[in-house]
Amino acid sequence: MRVELRGITKRFPGVVANAGVDLEVGRGEVLALLGENGAGKSTLMNVLFGLYPPDEGQIALDGEVVHLASPADSIAAGIGMVHQHFMLVPVFTVLENVMLGVEPRTRYGGLDRAAASKKLLELSAEHNLAVDPDALVEDLSVGAQQRVEILKALYREADCLILDEPTAVLTPPEIEDLFRIIETLTASGRSVIFISHKLGEVRHIADRIVVLRHGEVVGTMTPADSSEADLATMMVGRAVQLVVGKGPARPAAPLLVVKGLRVLDERRHAAVRDVDLEVRAGEIVAIAGVQGNGQTELVEALTGLRPIDAGTAEVSGRSLSGLGPRQLMELGVAHIPEDRQRDGLVGAFPVRDNLVLNTYCRRPFSRRLAMDRAAVRANAEQLMSDFDIRAPSSDVAASTLSGGNQQKVIVAREFGHAGTLIIAAQPTRGLDVGSIQYIHRRIVDQRDEGAAVLIVSTELEEVLALGDRILVMFRGEIVGELEGSSATRDELGLLMAGSTA
Amino acid sequence: MTATALADRCRRIANGAVVPFLALFSALVVGGVVIVLSDADALRAWSSFVADPGSALSSSWDVVRDAYAALFRSSLGSRRAISEMLLEATPLILTGLAVAFAFRAGLFNIGGDGQFLAGAMASVYVGFAFDLPAALHLPLALVAGIASGALWGGIAGVLKARTGAHEVITTIMLNFVALRLVDYALSTDRFRRPDRNDPISKNVLESARLPRFADDLRVHVGLALALAVAVGIWWVLFRSTIGFRVRAVGASPSAARYAGMAVGGTWILSMLVAGGLAGMAGATTVLGVRYRLTGGFSFLGFDAIALALLGRSHPAGVVGAALLFGVLRAGATGMQAQTSTPVDIIVVIQALVIVFVAAPSLVRSIYRIRKPASVGPVSLSQGWGS
Amino acid sequence: MATTSEAARAAGVLTTSAAIERRRALAVGISFLLVAGVIAVLFGLGVDASVDSTFRLNVGQSTVDLPDLAVPSRLTASLLALVCAAIGGVQLTRGFERALPAVVAVVGACFVIAFLTWAAAGASFNLTGMLQSTVLRATPLTLGALSGVLCERSGIVNIAIEGMMLSAAFTGALVASAAGSQLVGLAGAVAIGGLLGLVLAVLSIRYVVDQIIGGTVINIFALGITSFLSAKVFSDYQELNNPGVLRVLRVPLLSHIPVLGPIFFINNLLVFVMLVLVPVLTVALFRTRWGLRVRAVGEHPRAADTVGIDVLKVRYRSVVLGGMVAGLAGAFFTLGSVGRFDENMTAGRGFIALAALIFGRWHPVGAFGAALVFGFAESLQSKLAILSIPIPSEFLLMAPYLVTLLVVAGIVGRSRAPAADGQPYEKG
Repeated sequence: MRVELRGITKRFPGVVANAGVDLEVGRGEVLALLGENGAGKSTLMNVLFGLYPPDEGQIALDGEVVHLASPADSIAAGIGMVHQHFMLVPVFTVLENVMLGVEPRTRYGGLDRAAASKKLLELSAEHNLAVDPDALVEDLSVGAQQRVEILKALYREADCLILDEPTAVLTPPEIEDLFRIIETLTASGRSVIFISHKLGEVRHIADRIVVLRHGEVVGTMTPADSSEADLATMMVGRAVQLVVGKGPARPAAPLLVVKGLRVLDERRHAAVRDVDLEVRAGEIVAIAGVQGNGQTELVEALTGLRPIDAGTAEVSGRSLSGLGPRQLMELGVAHIPEDRQRDGLVGAFPVRDNLVLNTYCRRPFSRRLAMDRAAVRANAEQLMSDFDIRAPSSDVAASTLSGGNQQKVIVAREFGHAGTLIIAAQPTRGLDVGSIQYIHRRIVDQRDEGAAVLIVSTELEEVLALGDRILVMFRGEIVGELEGSSATRDELGLLMAGSTA
Repeated sequence: MTATALADRCRRIANGAVVPFLALFSALVVGGVVIVLSDADALRAWSSFVADPGSALSSSWDVVRDAYAALFRSSLGSRRAISEMLLEATPLILTGLAVAFAFRAGLFNIGGDGQFLAGAMASVYVGFAFDLPAALHLPLALVAGIASGALWGGIAGVLKARTGAHEVITTIMLNFVALRLVDYALSTDRFRRPDRNDPISKNVLESARLPRFADDLRVHVGLALALAVAVGIWWVLFRSTIGFRVRAVGASPSAARYAGMAVGGTWILSMLVAGGLAGMAGATTVLGVRYRLTGGFSFLGFDAIALALLGRSHPAGVVGAALLFGVLRAGATGMQAQTSTPVDIIVVIQALVIVFVAAPSLVRSIYRIRKPASVGPVSLSQGWGS
Repeated sequence: MATTSEAARAAGVLTTSAAIERRRALAVGISFLLVAGVIAVLFGLGVDASVDSTFRLNVGQSTVDLPDLAVPSRLTASLLALVCAAIGGVQLTRGFERALPAVVAVVGACFVIAFLTWAAAGASFNLTGMLQSTVLRATPLTLGALSGVLCERSGIVNIAIEGMMLSAAFTGALVASAAGSQLVGLAGAVAIGGLLGLVLAVLSIRYVVDQIIGGTVINIFALGITSFLSAKVFSDYQELNNPGVLRVLRVPLLSHIPVLGPIFFINNLLVFVMLVLVPVLTVALFRTRWGLRVRAVGEHPRAADTVGIDVLKVRYRSVVLGGMVAGLAGAFFTLGSVGRFDENMTAGRGFIALAALIFGRWHPVGAFGAALVFGFAESLQSKLAILSIPIPSEFLLMAPYLVTLLVVAGIVGRSRAPAADGQPYEKG
């Protein structure tokens, strides 16, 4: 199916998410939609999928203008979408998930599972998508769940498939599988829109690449006539200059020493396996890796939020085993959590209270049981000016601040109490460039003042910009170590994909 | 504090009071409609509305005016009336605080009734079973009630912290367990009054009774205690480190945990405090007015939900709301006697108050006021699960 | 469930599901053995070896005369203890997997039979009459729980079952008296239940009021308005509170079956409606398109939305339907048993129905089973005087609540609410 978006504009209160976007994808074509987080990719696709009505513009399918008011309309028109967060009911079987919304019925009005199952198995065989119709979705691996999502779209006879960041949670072999699936789909004449912000895979799979920035199309190219550097420049709108000016590290004594660490996830599988690492005072160690390779569990274990199953971790010679976040903070561990809105801030609290969230029961903020409000306020004013937190006053709720300012509140709180070890997970995810540079600057400053810094990031740029040493994590293990100054993207990429080259 | 900050603060308080005020007003209006609809004379006048609209309107107005006038007269019209009003308000302040404190910790305490009963039962027992000097007996009886209520609330807290059991379910179930326990206690010789066969306990000894403010008035020292406790709860919530922790856990358990706070422990603590407050309500009721225990719910736990919502879970708001409800409750009896409007209309009004407070968008759409930026819809519980 | 793990996560309870599974299987096995022990010691050794327990099987409506059933008390209890011990042994060594709920029911039945044998030791006791009253008392509980199943499977928490029942009981009495027809009264009760369901739906969906608060409001409102109106209206016009009781119907043929006939097939209309609704709702929820969609909406509304299901419409419909079923439950009190409305006459039965819903794992059959257990406790309580068992009746009345506490705490069994239960759904 040929899909055309003509002049699509979508506004939200205060933001223009899409501004006059034109897009076209033909039969059997893979179109990559490339852009940074917040560039408007998902909004655009939600418009195409009928979830948001566009404020302006038209959608044409095979040349015919259509009006898509709901997902039901889009599905009927032959558009299928695989969402970044899978839209599957965990306690339903694969078959139930696939047929939901288009259930065949028997003569007596009941569900015709046999008919649905037959159709599902046919599709599964035709497209080489192995699934067990009667398995519960919650028992499936992420890759298998994605296959179910694709089958769900095919079951609805989708001619055009939208894949929203499909590789974010996949392992490299699963990504390979996905690429094979995409090839089968296009071979059968279906068109695919592939949303991503990963340059490498976009160039690998796409026939054409459309780059989106600030809601506008800034370029259309083919993999053959564009280098990754071109695409990156186009995506961020400036020559990629994420490198912060930082001098060489002067590492001193090791502050964090981890040996043979094993950490279990919720399902009691080892998410972190036999990890050894060391972070010295005055250096930044960056851990790179695709999301879901044990980084989250590693950080939680090192910050007292998750028990250590085996192995040791020591900060300044003291074992972390059995210590909670409070005690670790007392040891000088500062933590910038991955999910800033959920774990980093109490959104309903004023900024000044968020700035003492973990020190409120210490002097000078409290004396015995009583809070010293003047001290809390003074602290807030000090940190807000030190860390350039832009807020009308320290009274406003943290949830009203922009993402960048929210992150600065967390950074100010954590750096404010002079941490000796800083553990930062995804410290700049989803932030604007200015905030990214600011936060990177502060992290480097902390290093230069003698702190040991451990960064966990899925963004190659960030890892390369900050890491004095770079460790790569894959399936819970550290699979490689590179020097920050000499590491290249290609080397990193290979390691992150689990290749041992 | 600067002048602008002060003005700002006044505006915030006024803004926060608009919806509760309109909610109460709307509830009284709807209550009036219910009164009219259930009044035979007024209905008869309405049946001839087309012929004589004036009479329909005026007779309706008369019915409602008479009822509400009797209500306010019986609760505010005399020294005695005011005493009765304050007497009604006393346990309401405490149960309202019990729900409000738990709200602040992100917990929905529907267990006020059970905690009230647990407290009343313990206080009554201490009150009649021991013979001690008043200086010892009264405090002991009070503390027994508070501790027993705290224990009852604490069970729900522990279950939530240890197993994730939803406090709404556990507190509802604990209410009924307490109800049956009291029934059982009242069937035993230890509790039951020897000369009676119906479920009624022995009388609290003089030495354990809360003194009254005046001989001819029923309002007792419990009121002063309740007000002092309200101030104390305000201080704990907004000026102490414990309150900081409670509010942080309530607003975001996840961020609180990341900041090193013991979330489960805070839940337990909050339910202990909440239970203790409701238990104290039970204690002051049996030691201050009734001097004995009878079976059945007080339904104060349900009123308390309205109070906490109306008072926006702020101790000052809760006290204000409790006084208002005291007016309604104390006045209702007089209203029934004077105008044959059954007291139960008060319960209807309370239910309506909760609706209007909990659905600010409803009130706003009725009165066409714009939504202030800071006041969102009330959302407390996070669904079931077990 | 999502919220639960969230809560557990926040509380730092990071025990994993596999470990919990193992621990639970162990706990269940051990509790089976405990049951066996209790039966053996209390009910077996607690009576004289020479004593018999006599169960009478005839009731007034029986068409076939059955002889009384006399069994040796101690021997019976010992045999039942053995059965439970064997089951416990199997559970500890092998596990029952999917058959576990049925096995739990068997152990429960053994316990109950042993208990009755002990209670009736040296005396005679009308078993059929007891079971008949169990079904009767379970009827409003089951219907109330089914109302909860309908609402909560679609993701709306219904703690207003009590209020819906009370309002429907009142309306049923009023309308039936005024119209002179119990069927019309029944229709009125169902209508008012549906109306309150609509109120709950509008509050929680349109005005995004916290669903617990919405339910509480309905409970308080129902209590207030029914008391108010019955004080105002019924005291002056007593003829408006005289609806009479639904006729007892006999199912042809089936009602002649010994024991089962009087228990299940000689009853009033509402009992039959309940008995039909349980399987009908089960099939509807798990075997039809409608049920699949309702459950999808309750588990993952966004997923349902993206496949073109109108989440809010499904929720509105389920909650109104649920209210109507609660209306049937309420009608039982006035039209099905008492024949008159009294203030607060449901007396917390709606909360027992809520307990049955949770104990029955949000499943119609489970809810029915739980309601039978609770109904049994209730009817046993009313017969305690005859049996002179040394258990205070209050403790039997407490049983449903205690069981529910244990269930939600995961100490006995496990109950998982629909994942999106209680969470408002907003598009986008």
